[in-house]
Amino acid sequence: MERKTKIDAEDGKQEITITREFDLPVELLFSAYVEPDIIEQWMGTKVLKLENKRHGSYQFETTDPKGNKHRFHGTIHDVNTNQKIIRTFEMENTPFDVQLEFLEFEKLTGDTSRLVMHVVYRSVEMRDQILKLPFAQGINMAHNRLQDVVNKSR
Amino acid sequence: MKTRRDIFQAIADPTRRAILSLVALHAMTPGAIADSFDSSRQTISKHIQILTECQLLQQEQSGREIFYHFNAKKMKEVADFIEPFRTLWDDRFNKLESIMKKYKPKK
Repeated sequence: MERKTKIDAEDGKQEITITREFDLPVELLFSAYVEPDIIEQWMGTKVLKLENKRHGSYQFETTDPKGNKHRFHGTIHDVNTNQKIIRTFEMENTPFDVQLEFLEFEKLTGDTSRLVMHVVYRSVEMRDQILKLPFAQGINMAHNRLQDVVNKSR
Repeated sequence: MKTRRDIFQAIADPTRRAILSLVALHAMTPGAIADSFDSSRQTISKHIQILTECQLLQQEQSGREIFYHFNAKKMKEVADFIEPFRTLWDDRFNKLESIMKKYKPKK
């Protein structure tokens, strides 16, 4: 069964909720967030630093197709194994302010689980800008599916 | 410089969204739109102007009357703006899921 990611972004609010159900036991879902070699695989990033503990911190680095390196980092506020991670997230060398993330891992059945990411931004404007980022990048990419939709409507 | 109004601001207003949902049913004259609201004609006229500038509404002359049409294509463009963000996360999570399905926990 295909499970879909849902984004709730109410107008005029400085927060969003990302919800996704997985065909995975909650323990495995949680491992994907705490084991550096696994994070590297699914996030497509290099893990420079990751301390999964209260008052810990992390720093990841991605390399775009042009070879430019982008780093992002944050502070781990709290970790509760198989239940929650509270952390900040900030893209380095961008005009975007830090955001606060509440990740809640929930057991549904023995083999299924749910992740709810509640993300709080500094302002409504900042949230909307960040939400539009992939949209703007999509328009710039020739082979993006969105480009076709936009072109057809012109 | 960007002179045109931000389409996202246009649809953020509840009255403008109400106008869009009315006109989406059938084309309407500015007078008929204004009659559907308690606000003054002037206020509604301003809302219509903003929606027209953003191309969410289109004017069409029919005899002596002007009718406003709902531009569904433009609306689709807006409705899709969050979709690339969603797709980005969906792709990531799909990858996470397939990696973890093959994963053997370290004992």
